Amino acid sequence: MKSKADVVIIGGGVNGCSLAYKLSKKGFNVVVVEKKYLTSGATGACGAGIRQQWSTRENTSLAIQSVKMFEQLSHELGQDIEFRQGGYLIAVHDEKEMNQAEKNVSMQRSLGLKVDILQPEKIPDVVPILDVKGMKAIGATFCPTDGHANPFKTTFAYADAARNFGAEINTHTTVVNLKTSKKALRAVITDKGTIETDVVVNAAGIASKVIAEMVNIKLPLTPFRKEIMATERLQPLFEAMVISFKDGIYFSQQKEGQIVGGIPIPEEKGGYKTMPTIAFLEHMAHTITRYAPVLKHVNLLRHWTGFYDVTPDARPILGEVKEIKGFLQCNGFSGHGFMISPMVSQLLTNFIAEGKTSEVLESLTLERFKGKNIEKELSVVG
Amino acid sequence: MKRSIVCRCEDISEEDVIQAINEGYTDIEELRKKLRIGMGPCQGRVCIQLVARILENKTGKKVATIPRPTVRPPLIPVSLGTLASEKDEK
Repeated sequence: MKSKADVVIIGGGVNGCSLAYKLSKKGFNVVVVEKKYLTSGATGACGAGIRQQWSTRENTSLAIQSVKMFEQLSHELGQDIEFRQGGYLIAVHDEKEMNQAEKNVSMQRSLGLKVDILQPEKIPDVVPILDVKGMKAIGATFCPTDGHANPFKTTFAYADAARNFGAEINTHTTVVNLKTSKKALRAVITDKGTIETDVVVNAAGIASKVIAEMVNIKLPLTPFRKEIMATERLQPLFEAMVISFKDGIYFSQQKEGQIVGGIPIPEEKGGYKTMPTIAFLEHMAHTITRYAPVLKHVNLLRHWTGFYDVTPDARPILGEVKEIKGFLQCNGFSGHGFMISPMVSQLLTNFIAEGKTSEVLESLTLERFKGKNIEKELSVVG
Repeated sequence: MKRSIVCRCEDISEEDVIQAINEGYTDIEELRKKLRIGMGPCQGRVCIQLVARILENKTGKKVATIPRPTVRPPLIPVSLGTLASEKDEK
């Protein structure tokens, strides 16, 4: 392992690897330290969706720019990340949701996004297996350029490209401590040696809180266990991701043919417990067959858990902390780290490489929680 | 072309596994995510032992020391209809 680096990234998920790629491409000497294996955290457990329909302007704008980058990514990295744009269909169930949907759509359109409000009878035109009555929908919003990519292939492709530019990626390596002096980051101490560096990026998912505590920084992150399931492979049935904020359900068909989806467990509280539950399976099966009755004939193969690292406003914590020079955050994604990873790594690269900050980056620093008026993202699912 | 099938669910051969190991995927979980071994209906009952053996041959790590992927429920495929009806009765 190298003993010196320009930048050390803690965490081998999609954000850590994407940042490693962008920085090493610019000539930085980058070292990634990952406790387990690449994609072992939230990236590898996620639902693979890429959505631009958000309630806050910042998230929508980050997502729109990320999709533009996803469109080029397979070509740029020289590996197929299986990006495909089948759209996101968001079910609307009552007047209150419709009012919010209208507000969201008008904001999203003002940012140039193509998104429509669908009448209920138009829903099966997009996803033929849906039963509008069963799902109790009075309409839906649909954005055709939302979509999916394969989180494993995306992360591995970033990591391969980063290695080609000289980045060193150390899996099965645990960070033991961080060394600071004069309120600046100096070194990362791991179980396999010490790496001297002036810049550390904390992209460790739910473990980010523990990493930050090593230098007495408190991150307002709560781990929420989420469960998700996959069915057997089927012929192509539908292309869009179907989601509902009210029921919390999301599901879509992946490239290989399996249907992958999740729903919150009704009685779930924050914590680090990882066991999957029968309660989830029953609730998920009940709800998904209400939305798409034909799926009752389909076999469920497996289900697993992953974590959302949730912040008080459901938006990520990015950028340098005020207290320690060179200590950057890249966490708190609250369930949507994969889909905005292209822009997140771009913003952090601009900051690290050129000292350039931006309005979006400033609005997402840890400092915002010291103010009273934080705008909460409402369009959260799962 | 002769192929020795390792994973029947996802149609992955010994050659595919060896190629992935040569590319640097030397952890069973990484191989699983790269090749989808163990993600099919058998959940790795057929392939994981074979993959561990190939890993031993290629890397010198002993089979007994290679961590296996997390076992994920259910043990056998169950239809969504069956799972949904369980809730209806309550």
